[in-house]
Amino acid sequence: MGEEDTVILHGMWASTYVKRVELALKIKGIPFEYVEEDLSNKSALLLKYNPVQRKVPVLVHNGKPICESLVILEYIDETWPSHGLQLLPKDPYERARVRFWAAYIQQLLESMAKLFNPDHKEAQEKALEEMYEKQRILEEGMREFFPEESPNVHPEKLGILDIMIVSTLGAFRAQEEALGVKTLDPEKNPLLFSWVEALIQLPVVKEIIPPFEKLVSLLQFIKQNGIKF
Amino acid sequence: MDNEVKLHGFWPSPFVYRVIWALKLKGIEYDYIEEDLANKSELLLRYNPVYKKVPVLVHAGKPISESLVILEYIEEVWPHSPLLPKDPYERSVARFWINFATDKGRSAVRSLFWGGGDGKKEAAEQMFDFLKIIEEQALGDKKFFGGNSINMVDLIFAWFACWIQPMEQLVGIKVLEPSRLPSLHAWVKNFKEEPIIKENLPDPERLLAYYTRLTSNLVSKPT
Repeated sequence: MGEEDTVILHGMWASTYVKRVELALKIKGIPFEYVEEDLSNKSALLLKYNPVQRKVPVLVHNGKPICESLVILEYIDETWPSHGLQLLPKDPYERARVRFWAAYIQQLLESMAKLFNPDHKEAQEKALEEMYEKQRILEEGMREFFPEESPNVHPEKLGILDIMIVSTLGAFRAQEEALGVKTLDPEKNPLLFSWVEALIQLPVVKEIIPPFEKLVSLLQFIKQNGIKF
Repeated sequence: MDNEVKLHGFWPSPFVYRVIWALKLKGIEYDYIEEDLANKSELLLRYNPVYKKVPVLVHAGKPISESLVILEYIEEVWPHSPLLPKDPYERSVARFWINFATDKGRSAVRSLFWGGGDGKKEAAEQMFDFLKIIEEQALGDKKFFGGNSINMVDLIFAWFACWIQPMEQLVGIKVLEPSRLPSLHAWVKNFKEEPIIKENLPDPERLLAYYTRLTSNLVSKPT
């Protein structure tokens, strides 16, 4: 696109959904301005750009807002097709497979979010079981997806699944610290674990991962106060 | 044989209908296989091991699951008679509404129709609020969500064209009132009268009987 492109991302430093978009923009080398939103005091701009959901992330491209992280990722890939990598494969069937698993990883995230609702012990146990089961299915699914032993993580070849995996599971150590329970077991999920470990070493990922202590504090706060996110 | 299209479905499912409509609107020939969800076929379990659900589209032997993924696939493989705008920004708006319907719509439906007796009035108001947003912001002045013709967003919102009615009857609450949601009400009528759509609609009596059976079998369904 032209020199006059303005790209602004409204986000929140700890949001998984925002990280997805940040990473996509960085992977594709698209310059953007970042606006940190205080979700307890949302800016007038945010409410104007996303009146329906009032959430982040919102990508504003030349004044036009796009909402919903996965919708934004598709938009980015379609709008800047020759800009570095393609986030989605070219073949329609492969695209369908990626979209299927991207949606599944989203479901995994939703299961993980339940761990932070401090209802009662049984609900916590149930949420853990649900998360482990989803991880098991994801592990199996990804084993079929990657014929080699583990995903070949290459900074030149990152796609939507890499983005979904690292945004959802990349901060697992902070989550484990805040919850006091294992959220990503290398023995149960060797493929997922090695994939995440490889991803979080990448410079582009290191740029966006939230600071450990700060994230732990936030997660503990969320858990104690039952904030739904 | 090589390019055969098959659709595994279940007749009351709005998710299956989305795919049927997309295929028929694009004039794509396909074989339909009715699945008994109480006794799922080997093929279905093999094609969709993660969810074990319909619809599953099988194209040249390769299965695709999840209705939204299937619709995007159909759009890409058979781009004629488009169901999404060409412009990336317009596409993102369409996908936003599809996402909104899937996310908020589903939870609104669940609370109203499967939730406990006490919260029904509140759930009905929540459903109304959701529909008002759809009417004002997604539909606006247009005849269809897709503008002058139907697109993918219409196919997703079609739940409110055919499936909300038996639910309303069962629960005894009318949500899609013409006086409160005039444009949406008009859209329902227009949608059902569209060629191809009108020849491929679920039988309302049969749907009502099906949902009656379903709800009577449930003493209390967890939400």
